[in-house]
Amino acid sequence: MGHVPKTPQFIGPGAVDVAFEVNGDGVSVHVPPHRTLLDTLRETLGLTGAKRVCDEGTCGACTILLDGEPVYSCMTLAVACAGRAVETVEGLSTERGLHPVQEAFIEHDAFQCGFCTPGQIMSCVGLLRHTSSPTADDVLRAVSGNLCRCGAYPNIVAAALSAAKKQARR
Amino acid sequence: MSIKVVRTKAEFEGRITEETGLVEGRDLASWGTDAELGVVGKRHPRVDGIARVTGRARYTQDVYLPGMLHVRVLRSPYPRARVRRVDTSRALGLPGVRGVLHRFNAPKAAFRGEETIFRDEVRFVGDEVAAVAADTEEIAADAIRLIDVDYELLPFVADLEEAMRDDATRLEEKGNVSESGRFDLGDAKRAFSESKTIVEATYRTSTQLHNSLETHGAVARWDGDELTVWESTQHVFGVRAGVQAALKIPYRDIRVLCDYMGGGFGSKGGAGKYTIVAAIFARQLGRPVRCVLTRDEENLAAGNRSATYQTVKIAARGKRIHAIEHRSWSNSGQGRWIADPTGPTNGLYDIPNVRTRSYKVVTSLGALSAFRAPGYVEGTFALDQAIDELAERIGEDPLELRRRHATRRTDPVTGLRYSLKRLLACYDIGATEIGWQHRKPEGTRGSAPHRRRGFGMASQLWGGSGWPPAYATVHLNPDGTAVLRCGTQDIGTGTRTVLAQIVAEELGLELGAVRVELGDTNSQYAPISAGSLTVASVGPAVRLAAMDARMQLLDAASGLLEVGPTELRVERGAIVSKGRRTPLGEVLGQVENYTVIGKGSRFPNPEGLTLKTFGAHFAQVEVDVRTGEVFVEHVVAVHDIGRVINPLTAASQVEGGVIQGLGFVLSEERIVDRPTGRVLNGNLESYKVPTVRDVPRITVRFVDEPDTRANNIGAKGLGEPPIIPLPAAVANAVANAIGVRVRTAPITRQRVLEALELRP
Repeated sequence: MGHVPKTPQFIGPGAVDVAFEVNGDGVSVHVPPHRTLLDTLRETLGLTGAKRVCDEGTCGACTILLDGEPVYSCMTLAVACAGRAVETVEGLSTERGLHPVQEAFIEHDAFQCGFCTPGQIMSCVGLLRHTSSPTADDVLRAVSGNLCRCGAYPNIVAAALSAAKKQARR
Repeated sequence: MSIKVVRTKAEFEGRITEETGLVEGRDLASWGTDAELGVVGKRHPRVDGIARVTGRARYTQDVYLPGMLHVRVLRSPYPRARVRRVDTSRALGLPGVRGVLHRFNAPKAAFRGEETIFRDEVRFVGDEVAAVAADTEEIAADAIRLIDVDYELLPFVADLEEAMRDDATRLEEKGNVSESGRFDLGDAKRAFSESKTIVEATYRTSTQLHNSLETHGAVARWDGDELTVWESTQHVFGVRAGVQAALKIPYRDIRVLCDYMGGGFGSKGGAGKYTIVAAIFARQLGRPVRCVLTRDEENLAAGNRSATYQTVKIAARGKRIHAIEHRSWSNSGQGRWIADPTGPTNGLYDIPNVRTRSYKVVTSLGALSAFRAPGYVEGTFALDQAIDELAERIGEDPLELRRRHATRRTDPVTGLRYSLKRLLACYDIGATEIGWQHRKPEGTRGSAPHRRRGFGMASQLWGGSGWPPAYATVHLNPDGTAVLRCGTQDIGTGTRTVLAQIVAEELGLELGAVRVELGDTNSQYAPISAGSLTVASVGPAVRLAAMDARMQLLDAASGLLEVGPTELRVERGAIVSKGRRTPLGEVLGQVENYTVIGKGSRFPNPEGLTLKTFGAHFAQVEVDVRTGEVFVEHVVAVHDIGRVINPLTAASQVEGGVIQGLGFVLSEERIVDRPTGRVLNGNLESYKVPTVRDVPRITVRFVDEPDTRANNIGAKGLGEPPIIPLPAAVANAVANAIGVRVRTAPITRQRVLEALELRP
């Protein structure tokens, strides 16, 4: 992840305007400085794909991409995203269809209750951005911060590897 | 159609009851063992897959309504105290706070046998003291810190074994311990006195926290007298009953919805206090109200799997088990029941003399709730280790010893014949897949000098028969698409998909033509999604609804096509007559928008038989004798559950059960600070649920022989079975590897090292 967030120095304590990009569209929100990106996505922007499970950076269900890197949005302040690009699970599919990782998750039954799925998928998408032909160990590393209580792990790993292969062929 | 009353025996999580239901029409014969089915029995990706991978699937926590208020709950910091005074003036002064409820101002609302939501005597750390509704969750969270409560502290006990002692603080007048189950077969006392080979041991299991990723929660909205509740639940009709009991409003005015839900594992069986609080606030304040628990609250006040203390005494006569005595004490916290761990001992093996007793122990901790195979996981951990300990004593292979006790044709508890029992087949398949012949009584060398390898196995017994009542309707549209409406819910098990398969199979449609609407009390009743009973309860009703729709369709088609109904059939979305296919849309399209509505109900289970599921797990492990770490290398899970409707989703469910079982046996343990009664690890940081890195190779096999006597689809349940034998199988493999036994779950490094130091 390795980013140093470019947090503005003097803001607040009241709500402030923050502009950033979400799934390719520019948005501007008016939020208190302590509001997390997760709560901003879910409550202000109506993007409820990322889930709040632990709200303290231990489970990965809120994983989104920030400038292409997977981050926990419950541990990221909205104000730290000013001018940056946020991608959520809602932005993955296009008019042409699902993202290869989404397709592979369906094909390999890589979910049960599905609550962790958006986070798992974003972690896998983040991996495939950097690594065109990941090993199984790369996948384990990429999703080791995403808990799944139903235990869909074997299928998640299979789905990520299969999506990578499919992507490499395209 | 005329309505008939039916009664049937039901086994819910080990407890046998008689259920009454109403049925319409006639049942169908089961699909036969060699029936040629086109959709059922095939691997189909989930029909709701796209909704789940795009973030479109709407869970209770994703319900945000205009003007909605947010609730946070003030919970007791003390394990037992009287609430003498609640001062809310500072909280109410905070801008954005809309209301506060507590024991002195909340309306009476009956909840699980108590008259109010907020107790005058709080009984565990986390018990509800007050609730705040505010414009945002942040304001509500700030406000609960501004509530001043005067507590009178009372004596408490926050540990199972401490509560069992004679000199322990008495939490209830009649004492902390009460008997909750007993079973006797033969004469165990005499049998032990005539046996020379007796093994006795004590086993302990820790409190396991469900940690469903979606915490418990509800959103309530009133429109005049009508209340709509969105709730993350395994039983929308159970929530409805709870709301009715608390608020005394008619069913007519209550609608409960659960479209998608993020796991329950037994803990989401009905309305919670959060439901009632949300409904009361919503009515008082005239706005929709959301009350969703935080992770910490979830782990204090939303249930757990009881810790147990179990003793087993087992005797051999020659190469057979002659007698067993199993006594178990379960920490029910402030719960009113326990899940009985002695069920497997009573019914799994063919042992002539059995004596079991189970006891409920109350403590000053949060109530238990059902957790995937409640009791059976804990009990099998003790029973199947005791079997291995006896096998070792008499110098017998533990699998051979079990084989000799697995052939009984009748259930020792009810005396009834099994409809189908393929336990031996599970043993054979599992032994082959794991390579049981490589097991040595003294274990083998591992992949490094300090690593030892071992093999272990254990058996699984569970109900899973399903029963009435359960109902479904199939609406066939004039374009040849269908909607199944049923009051069940898909808690992640794949219910939507398997029910769609049953409709497509019976009605003659492509799977893609069927949509499934679940989780709505405006549908007809379906039972709780728990106890491995969903497919076996609801599936047969769905099949009958689809058949009813097909019969009506054939009648309509006969008239429209002017062909006798017996010369017509429906096949993959078309009417076939004399080799000619006419798509359904063309046939029904001739009339203006007529919807065929088929109805189906669940018929009773067969008289005079008992319906069970069986299975066996085999584990291969390595143990590092320097660090005590257990590495599970391979798990083979074999289950006998009748017909498998969807091998893809069924295998996922088994893998999930195995992984949850690994958590139970290796890493999961709620830790309570005894002097303060506080839970120290009620989070996902220090309470260790398995991660992707903890997953071994898992081989899943099904016997897949339809139980044609069970019901019209030949299927039984699968939810619970795959967690039941895993912990005992791993514990037996660890004991085989290192030559000493760890009798406490989870088998942590510390416990392994302690066991190794005690080695004789």
